Amino acid sequence: MKAGLLQRAAAAPHIVWSALFILAPMVFVVYYTFTDGSGSPSLENITRLNAGNYLMILVNSLCMALIATVICFLIAYPAAFIFSRMKKKAQRLAILLIMLPLWMNFLITTYSWMTILEDTGVINTLLSALRLGPVHMINTPGAVICGMVFCFLPYMILPIYSVMAGIDPKLIEAAADLGCSPAQTFAKVIWPLSLGGVISGITMVFVPSVSTFYISQKLGGGTFQLIGDTIESYFTGTAVNYHFGAALSLILMVLILISMAVMNRFGEGEGGEIR
Amino acid sequence: MEKKTIIQLKNVSKSFGSTRVLTDMDLEIRDDEFLTLLGPSGCGKTTTLRIIAGFETPDQGEVLFDGRVINDLPPYKRNVNTVFQRYALFPNLNVYENIAFGLRLKKPSEAEVSEKVKEMLRLVDLQGFEKRDVSTLSGGQQQRVAIARALIMRPRVLLLDEPLGALDLKLRKDMQIELKNIRKKTGISVVYVTHDQEEALSMSDTVVVMHDGIIQQIGAPTDIYNEPANAYVADFIGESNILDGVMEGDLRVRLAGRSFECVDKGFAKDEPVDVVVRPEDVDVTAPENGMLTGLVTEVTFMGVHYEIIVEIGGFKWMIQTTDRVPAGSRIGIYIEPDAIHVMKKSKYSDMFGDYSSYSSEHEQLSENTEEEDK
Ligand SMILES: Nc1ncnc2c1ncn2[C@@H]1O[C@H](COP(=O)(O)OP(=O)(O)OP(=O)(O)O)[C@@H](O)[C@H]1O
Ligand SMILES: [Mg+2]
Repeated sequence: MKAGLLQRAAAAPHIVWSALFILAPMVFVVYYTFTDGSGSPSLENITRLNAGNYLMILVNSLCMALIATVICFLIAYPAAFIFSRMKKKAQRLAILLIMLPLWMNFLITTYSWMTILEDTGVINTLLSALRLGPVHMINTPGAVICGMVFCFLPYMILPIYSVMAGIDPKLIEAAADLGCSPAQTFAKVIWPLSLGGVISGITMVFVPSVSTFYISQKLGGGTFQLIGDTIESYFTGTAVNYHFGAALSLILMVLILISMAVMNRFGEGEGGEIR
Repeated sequence: MEKKTIIQLKNVSKSFGSTRVLTDMDLEIRDDEFLTLLGPSGCGKTTTLRIIAGFETPDQGEVLFDGRVINDLPPYKRNVNTVFQRYALFPNLNVYENIAFGLRLKKPSEAEVSEKVKEMLRLVDLQGFEKRDVSTLSGGQQQRVAIARALIMRPRVLLLDEPLGALDLKLRKDMQIELKNIRKKTGISVVYVTHDQEEALSMSDTVVVMHDGIIQQIGAPTDIYNEPANAYVADFIGESNILDGVMEGDLRVRLAGRSFECVDKGFAKDEPVDVVVRPEDVDVTAPENGMLTGLVTEVTFMGVHYEIIVEIGGFKWMIQTTDRVPAGSRIGIYIEPDAIHVMKKSKYSDMFGDYSSYSSEHEQLSENTEEEDK
């Protein structure tokens, strides 16, 4: 009894914290979405989503995030695989290097990408010197995707690496022993056993990519809007409208939840098939 | 009738970095044979098995399969299968799919898979376990899944690396019998790795005693026991009194200050030799009837027999007898000619003394019963 009480007391700060910073904002988002300026219930914010180009922006954002996620995956999976096969010491160093950018503020990384990609930036100075450029890069979708990939790549590598490093090397030998060529060993053992890491990696890259606003602002230069920018503009811009901003957030949240559910189902399905 | 050789190691040597692990190994694995690699930890048993399976390539020498050199053939192209020490079952697959794993690579029909898996489950006595998660199985059950998973491939040779090491004594005994039966039923040759000499003697057709990466002796269990090639083998397999002797000519050897009739010949006259006398081959008599006489210094009751230590001319013999002899008494001993086994001197000759450190050795034995529970 006493221990139970103590445990509950110990958990209290966490519960308060969750209530304050997770639950309360959610409640506010839902409240603002379904009320109008005077505070009376209204569906106006939802119906307004049909008007304008919000749907386009949303689809655009999802596409960009998807592309960034796919690129992250294509880089991260082989990288994680190679890391997991290196000597223990080299592994630790590699992982340290991967985590290093995470200790910097995203804003700073984004700003540095600006100076790299600018028309007069590092890359173009180099290209010009080689008489190959300049190439216009900043303020293009490519620049934004590049920023997303760079910012969120570690979140893809780390979970995949950690599941891969956990695969017993004896399993790989067992597969070879039972007749698997290296390609078959990959398909039948390594891939299914690393799937869990892939799914969390995808989630951890896709979600922040789809809702980012500073990357698109700094590297997209406001030439096009992502849903994150749009939402931000309703909370901080000149046309402040908490109610509509909340509606947009809610829609985004629902979409993310749906895609996560689909992802997890996909993962389970995959696991179930080989089971 | 000589059986056909399946796998042959010719002059195989292997080093890891600067450590020599195997030296000039010559070994043949024949059709329908249960061959055991026996030796202490670190003597290179696993490495030998991995060379046969294709996970390691020898630095020198050849591995032949049906007379064809397969040194560079990758594991997945070899017609041998391994049962790993810690089983290495696929954690994401259930029992059925683990067993079917290798078979499925050949793209058989579902009916064929089902039939063969059923047959394997029956063979290893795991019917009804198809849907079970492998992590929910006991050690013995996992072991049997690992065996079934390998056997379904119908390998020419099955490789087992200390497969029973992780099991408790009772289960180990049951699995030993089961393994022997499975092997008989399938007729598949087995290379079995163990450091348990009792297991090796009771299960094998052929025992290969290894030490420090060198084969000390290859032979049938009775040959290994009765005619050890050198002092190392004599000491490693069972209990033995290893004495210094001198050949006085064919069929006569001098030891413990007396001439004995023996059954060994072909040595040079006056050649120094090692002589092995097994504790159970010594008969206890009255002092006046003994070939040698000595003082009983220790008596241990072992259940069926007594193990006594007898000091004869400064050398402490171990003798197993069913007669009760009190400590401190004088006894005579009698040794039949065929109980005396003469061996050439080897680099191991001076490594094994008498049983003067017997009691401490005994404590050590009971500490790691896994090593030798004899
Ligand atoms: N990959 C490796 N790299 C370096 N040394 C190794 C490697 N594999 C084995 N060894 C060394 O080779 C020697 C023989 O090892 P091996 O595993 O064949 O012994 P073993 O007879 O199977 O022993 P045990 O009964 O303990 O399993 C040991 O000294 C071991 O440390
Ligand atoms: Mg071993």
